[in-house]
This record gives sequence, C-alpha cells and structure tokens, in this order.
Amino acid sequence: MQGTKRQPDHILNVEGLAQLLRALRADAYRLVGPTVRDGAIVHAEIRGIDDLPAGWTETQEAGTYRLVPRGDGALFGFSTAAQSYKQVFFVPRLRLLKLRRKDSSFTVEHDAPVTSRLALIGARSCDLHAIEVQDRTLLTGPFADPDYAARRSDLFIVAVQCGQSGGTCFCASMGTGPRSTAGFDLALTELFEPHRFLVQVGTEAGERVLARLPRALATESERVAAEGVVEQTAQSMGRRMDTTGIKELLYRNLEHPRWDDVAERCLGCTNCTLACPTCFCSTVEDTGDLTGESAERWRRWDSCFTLDHSYLHGGSVRTSTRSRYRQWMTHKLASWIDQFGTSGCVGCGRCITWCPVGIDITEEVAAIRRADGACSGEGGAP
Amino acid sequence: MNETRPKLAVWKFASCDGCQLSLLDLEDELLALADAVDIAYFREATSRESNGPFDLSLVDGSIARPEDIDQIREVRRRSRHVVALGACATAGGIQALRNFASVEKYKSLVYAKPEYIHALAESKGIAEFIRVDFELRGCPPNKHQLLEVVSAFLAGRRPNVAAHSVCVDCKLSGNVCVMVTGTPCLGPITHAGCGALCPTYRRGCYGCYGPAEAPNTQSMARAFQHAGVPDVDLVRVLRTFNANAPAFRKESERHE
Repeated sequence: MQGTKRQPDHILNVEGLAQLLRALRADAYRLVGPTVRDGAIVHAEIRGIDDLPAGWTETQEAGTYRLVPRGDGALFGFSTAAQSYKQVFFVPRLRLLKLRRKDSSFTVEHDAPVTSRLALIGARSCDLHAIEVQDRTLLTGPFADPDYAARRSDLFIVAVQCGQSGGTCFCASMGTGPRSTAGFDLALTELFEPHRFLVQVGTEAGERVLARLPRALATESERVAAEGVVEQTAQSMGRRMDTTGIKELLYRNLEHPRWDDVAERCLGCTNCTLACPTCFCSTVEDTGDLTGESAERWRRWDSCFTLDHSYLHGGSVRTSTRSRYRQWMTHKLASWIDQFGTSGCVGCGRCITWCPVGIDITEEVAAIRRADGACSGEGGAP
Repeated sequence: MNETRPKLAVWKFASCDGCQLSLLDLEDELLALADAVDIAYFREATSRESNGPFDLSLVDGSIARPEDIDQIREVRRRSRHVVALGACATAGGIQALRNFASVEKYKSLVYAKPEYIHALAESKGIAEFIRVDFELRGCPPNKHQLLEVVSAFLAGRRPNVAAHSVCVDCKLSGNVCVMVTGTPCLGPITHAGCGALCPTYRRGCYGCYGPAEAPNTQSMARAFQHAGVPDVDLVRVLRTFNANAPAFRKESERHE
C-alpha cells in the first residue's frame, strides 16, 4: 500500500464486489471484514460478500449501541465496527516463549511468527489512521514488535468511504476522516439506485486486482455523488473535539476539578482503553506447571486503569481513579504528541460508545476548556 | 511414597463443597497434583487424616458457627500457608444473607427445633479471623486459577491472578459488551477469574467473583437505575454469593 497515485475511478456492481473478495481469497488472503455477531457489527474473519452486514446499521451514543435494520440492503451502511484492527495486529494474548527443564539447564522454544496474507475489507479512515498511530509505537519506533510486524507485513486494504457517521464519531475534528485519502489499495464508496460501488485505486496492487474484475469507468456524476456521500458524513458527525492547543491545555490543568468529577463516574473497568484502536499497553505473565518442569511467558493486553499497571516495588503509583483517568486522557491527547509526534486519538468514538457509563472524552476536554485554569485545590493526589 | 513432597490440606467450613469439587474437577491435572503434593487431609476425597503440619491449606467455606472460630485458628496454627478458596471463605458466601437479617427472628420460622441451631449472627470470610496468605475468589473458583495458585505456592512465587474487572476478560475474548448493547451487567465492578463466562453467552455478569479492585459501585448502581433496574432488584443483584464483601454490602445498603 505504498505510493498513492491518482487513477481514474471505476464502478463495481454488487457481483463485482463479490468477485473482488473471491479474487483476494484466490490470492491467499484471509479476509477480515465487518459482520453481524452478538447484537453488533464486529470485525471478524469473513468468507465472502454473504458475511457482510447487509441491511444493517447501528445507533451509537455514549454508553449505548443498538443494531438497527435499514431498508436499502447496504453492505457498509454503518459507522464503526465494535472493534478496530488492533485485535488483528496487536493480538490480545500472545505466548512469547516456552521453557522446558533439561538436565541442570533448560531449553527455550518460540512460536513461529504468524505471517499470513491479510485483506482488510471495508476499512474506515479512522481505523487506517489508527494503524499508522500504532505503527509508530510497535513498528517504526525504537522498540519494534516482531509479532506485530509479522502480522502486519502482507496487507491488502479495501477501504470504504464512510457513508454514515455514528453518534459518537469525531474524526472530522481530529483530521483523520471521514474521507480516506491514502493508505489503501482500493477504496469503495457505496452508491444506490442501482446498488454499486465507486472504486478509487490507491496502489498498483489494487490496480492489478481491479483489472481482473468486471468494471466500468465512473462517470462524472457518479464521482460527484461519491464526493457528496463523504461530504454528507463529514457534516453529520455526532461529536467534535476542539484540539486547539490541546497539549498545553491539558498540561496546565492537571489539578482541574473536572478530574474529580469524572473519577466519580469512571468505573475503572478498562473498556475505553481496550476498545481504543491505538492503546498499546500490555503486561507479561509467567506461569509454571505443578512439577516445575515447564514454564511459559505470555503477553496480554493491559490497561492504565488497573492498579497493577502502575505497580512498582511497594505498591501502585496511581491509586485513585482520578489519577488513572487523567493519565489515560493526557497521554492519549497530549503526551502522545511529545512521545510519537501525533495525537493518540483518531476520533473513532469507541471509548465513548463502549464506556458502560458513557463517559465522553470530547465532553471531558470541553469541560476542562470551559474552566481553563480551575484548580481542585487537592494538590498532587496520586 | 515420597516423604519430601509438600503436604496439602483441604478444609471445609460452611459451604456447598463446590470449591472442593473445583479441585477434583481438575481431571487432567489431578494425577499430576497427587504426584506433586502429599494430599494429607481432604475429607471430600480421602478418608486419610493427617494432623499436619501442612505446607499449604486450602480453606473452603465461611465461618458461620461458634466452633468454626477455634477450628480455623487451629488450621492456621498447623499450616505454613493458608489460601481462602471461593466466595464463602473470602466473603461469607450466600449464607451471609443472614447478615442482613436476625437469625433469632427467622430460625423459629424455618426450623422445627430452633434450639438445635448454633449459628453466629453473621457469616464471614476467614480473613476476619486469621491471617490469610492468598484469597482466590469465585463461586466456584476457576479450576485453572486454582491450579495456578497451588503451583505458585509450591514454587514460592506470587500467583498470576489479576484483580481487575471482568471487562478485561471480555475484551481479551473479543466479546461485544452486553451492558452497552442493553443488558445490565456487573462485570465492570466484578473481579475477573471466570473468563467472562456469562457475558460470553450474552448474559450480564452476576458478580460471582465479588468486587474487583477499586470498584466504583455507586456509578455502577446509577447505570443500573438508568437502565430501568429498580432499587429492590439492585439490592438483590448485589446480594448473592458475595453479599457481605464490603463494597457490595455497602452499595446494597444504600438502596434498601
């Protein structure tokens, strides 16, 4: 997916899309795309077009998600899936090594890295930006993760230009969407009457696959219609975040009373961090068997909302929910910029939707901004 | 018989014995366990009785009768390490519902010969009476965690048993949040360990593992009320197997 160049746009009908998915499978790609499961649209391995959430959409609000039918048979007629692609590349659980006792020493075994070809079907701009953000931590930074790199190494990306914004989306104000402009092999815009897809070509790999499919050149009116779809989405974002001077805003408001207010609501349950497409914290657990003959080391997702996360000798550094929420939000929106040269937030809204008590990061920022400089007077409570 | 193997004892107080069954339920690992330790006292499994001392005592059940207090102190005296096993031993169990009522008042209604009942006014976890080296939560505890705790004590290391919420296990499994999709769920304030069993089957968490670390029960209760759960049901949902765990007890009393 390197090197985006402008190509003429094409049109695929629904059968053409089905053929695209079949062509990718024929090229040995596993397909990860949206599908309906357990009352939500999730990202999972799919076999083809029949697994897509045809005729489904969703309503998302703070702490609320409901699957809703729609009448037009749209295949991508929703905003964001319940999960991002984090689970695909930065897997929730990973065995790092196996140890086995041998005489007076031990042997070490590693699992072979997973290097399957992977096609992301229907990737949204926010989620593609999130991959770029995670790359800075896990791929291109000083501590590259070999498992992440392997899982990420052979991708084909079929983006979808968002035709609908969710109630908790705010990518437009984060500069991460809703229009995908790069980072895809092909990008689809779903059009109706008749049901078809405008296809933008992002790479030569995309061009080569498209050449194998029955297609037509897009007309000027189809291009205008596709532009209108994304423009309409941008205009109807459910949320917005004012990011003006946000780093300095948060740094100078570390004792703001709003942190106490949010701590009173925050469950400390970790859902925001685990649903976030860029949060990358993990912990390492060692286990041994009863006999002491073998041991394993596993990495699993962790969260800055657990007490163990900041456990140093003698106890946790961040014992209050206030300090844990503040740590998360100031890292996400401020110190991430110092650390990685970008915000850690792509505006996908998952932390808002999937918070069981509906804490809204955009509202928390706005509340601090409204009373910039206010001080709770509690000093540096941990 | 290898005399150097560590001695394991399993004790029963007021309980349904389910936690002891978790141990027997290990099946694949049970023979390895019997090899690794000398099962010196375990009435549910063997009629053999040793007086100790024991390297590791697993205690199932709550302290519910006057004589239990002396017995649990005796267990402590004879044991190098004591692990409280399950909701009864860690929080008083379902029988701690008596803690919200008067035993004297109801025993004549329930029992034909109430004079036979010698119950303490409250059912409590064992840590209220003796020093406990580790508490393994759950009703019943997860058998893999149980094996981990035994392995850790045998190896002299800290058990890998996280105190975070059930939500972590849901997200690790890729579950869609049942709370956000409309089913009230105690997962956000409940201690992990079950592997998010109920939410994996699209049910709300019942709190079998008791309060998680730093549970914000008040915010959770507001979310239940917002979802239309009346106070009477909120009290019930907080008063099951871990009714006497301080965080759950305090919150349920707010809604009485």
